[in-house]
Amino acid sequence: MKKVFKMKDLDCANCAAKMENAVKKIDGVNSATISFMTQKLTIDAVDDRFDAIMQEVVKACRKVEPDCTILI
Amino acid sequence: MSKRQKKDLAKIIAGGVLLVIAALAPAEGYLRLALFLIPYLLVGGPVLLSAVRNIFRGQVFDENFLMALATVGAFLIGEYPEGVAVMLFYQVGELFQSYAVNRSRQSITELMNIRPDYANIERDGELVQVDPEEVRIDDLITVKAGEKIPLDGLVVSGNSMVDTSALTGESVPRSVSAGTEVLSGCVNQNGLLVIRVTKEFGESTVSKILDMVENASSKKAKAENFITRFARYYTPAVVIAAAALALIPPLVVPGAAWADWIQRALIFLVISCPCALVISIPLGFFGGIGGASKSGVLVKGSNYLEAMASAEIVVFDKTGTLTKGVFRVTEINPSRKLSEIVTPGASGADTAEGGRIVSENALLEMAALAESYSDHPISLSLKQAWMERNTPQEAAQSEAVQVKQAGNRGEAALPGTDQPETVRSETERTDGASGPVKEKRVTDVEEIAGHGVKALVDGRTVLAGNLRLMQKFGVECAPEDKAGTVVYVARDGSFCGTVLISDEIKQDSAKAVAGLRRLGVKKTVMLSGDARNVAERTAEQIGLDAAYAELLPGDKVEKMEALMKQKSPKGKLLFVGDGINDAPVLAQADVGVAMGGLGSDAAIEAADVVLMDDQPSKLLTAIGIARKTLRIVKQNIVFALGVKGLILILGAFGMANMWEAVFADVGVSVIAILNAMRALKAD
Repeated sequence: MKKVFKMKDLDCANCAAKMENAVKKIDGVNSATISFMTQKLTIDAVDDRFDAIMQEVVKACRKVEPDCTILI
Repeated sequence: MSKRQKKDLAKIIAGGVLLVIAALAPAEGYLRLALFLIPYLLVGGPVLLSAVRNIFRGQVFDENFLMALATVGAFLIGEYPEGVAVMLFYQVGELFQSYAVNRSRQSITELMNIRPDYANIERDGELVQVDPEEVRIDDLITVKAGEKIPLDGLVVSGNSMVDTSALTGESVPRSVSAGTEVLSGCVNQNGLLVIRVTKEFGESTVSKILDMVENASSKKAKAENFITRFARYYTPAVVIAAAALALIPPLVVPGAAWADWIQRALIFLVISCPCALVISIPLGFFGGIGGASKSGVLVKGSNYLEAMASAEIVVFDKTGTLTKGVFRVTEINPSRKLSEIVTPGASGADTAEGGRIVSENALLEMAALAESYSDHPISLSLKQAWMERNTPQEAAQSEAVQVKQAGNRGEAALPGTDQPETVRSETERTDGASGPVKEKRVTDVEEIAGHGVKALVDGRTVLAGNLRLMQKFGVECAPEDKAGTVVYVARDGSFCGTVLISDEIKQDSAKAVAGLRRLGVKKTVMLSGDARNVAERTAEQIGLDAAYAELLPGDKVEKMEALMKQKSPKGKLLFVGDGINDAPVLAQADVGVAMGGLGSDAAIEAADVVLMDDQPSKLLTAIGIARKTLRIVKQNIVFALGVKGLILILGAFGMANMWEAVFADVGVSVIAILNAMRALKAD
């Protein structure tokens, strides 16, 4: 399943790149991109665990940049 | 400015004032430290907090940590004012940077402000505004003057001019009336339009375009990936260098002061932040993509923008790309020298005249009438041309000519036929000139497959078809070698002339090819399924380097493979097609460009770059924007790395101070951001 999420307060381009890498490493994520310019996260992950994966994504992003939130 | 930014600004101002007070206050020892700590904590508190928090989260080399380390280090070596000032300056830079990024995000979004907010739909006899998402296919929507057309559809009633500039960059409005297809995102300029919706909002042009542009930045360019990868090694490397600088010289070099070398190391730490580099690259590409869509060029990813900048070979499809893809009568050649073409048996009564045996119009009419029962594109274009030439304004003039010509012809071709009747029938014909070709005047139509048509027009046998048809019926004529389809016309066994039907070359095709060469494209090639002579003539007229004709779809793929091998390792191959049955080739090229994508789903799906209107010269705009964007991105990389490198070297030799280091970090980012914004403006 492919979904797009809006991100709030994504202020640092390097953080966006780091988050993208962190999200890509999560098990079950097929592909992920974070666009710093549009402040959007596009994620493609396996269907059956999607919600659980999103929890992990939120956690991973918070670890990189605590100020930035993913709007689910 | 957002709330958070305002709060940060207030803190910075307060911190600045407190710093001045602390610097002027005649305090000593711990009191002095305390006085400086107040502004430091006020301004840098969040940075310190994030730094500590991030260490526990395993994020060691982030900018908060680096700044915290640098400023705390300054405090430890007793440089209180410097520690506070650096933190203050850093925060000012961060604030300005976030402001600039937000501004540019906004201006790019404004550029693409084509999303319609509502649709007018009639419910219970009243016009109500609804969300475009709620409108279903076949609903009737009303678009008033000045409103955006919210969904794709067909005009049911009303006449108006619509402004398509948001989609195509074309400023000349299009006129629409009942039956015209209209696209969402266009603006209705004057009349009231009632439109039957043909696509749901999610499938409408405007949604597709917005989607594409928004997703474009997720396909990252090589330059962008390079910088993020670079940043991953750059920061740790500089931090290690800083540690080495702080520890090794004082231990190795005799007489080296710890404080001096630690300060040099701190400068390294400040410079090691990668943000200036990382931020300006996506911003530049995004600006380029935004600017391109403003001028009617949709680019599906930064990587394609990058590839387009180094176009070396450009391959065009012919029909619909370089030519209009519409068959039209382009030449009418009534035969001139009767003596050469009439069959020996026929009378040569008017050879002395040396003029044409039929008028252009009569020749066209003959062909159009003979072919009037056919739906073949050739027949249709004959009919259309005849109707266009006989619009009411010109009818009167051509009537006179025709009647006179008919008289001559009666004598010339068939002496002894009932002349008055011929004249009468010609007059009848021109009476109905503004109407469609009259089919009742045509009888005994016989289609001869692969040859043409034989029919009785006004009681006389007319042959219209290819050269083989003429040969089959023993009509003598001179074969013509022209780019296009030649329709040979004969009446009662004698040759009357030819009508050339060809696909018109677009007005700016030649300009586009010449422009490409000026931009340094090494080779322009045309692939066509058409006959060799047609393709070669077209290529010659446009000025292409090579043309490959008579290609089946599979052959096109093979030709492309061969062409892909010809380019240099860094050069890119662009394929430009109209998106119709060239999907494999579009995918095969480095960059597939679809043309006239307005409303064609296939093109939007298959291509990497879509030229919204069907002018090949838009390709020049696209390459121009791509080059400009790449130039800006390169400038930023060189500038940011250059300044950082310079300050690193100066810092290592003790010739740079903290201020310069902070400038090398945030100052450079701000300049790079401002530079990146230039990409937004398409020239």
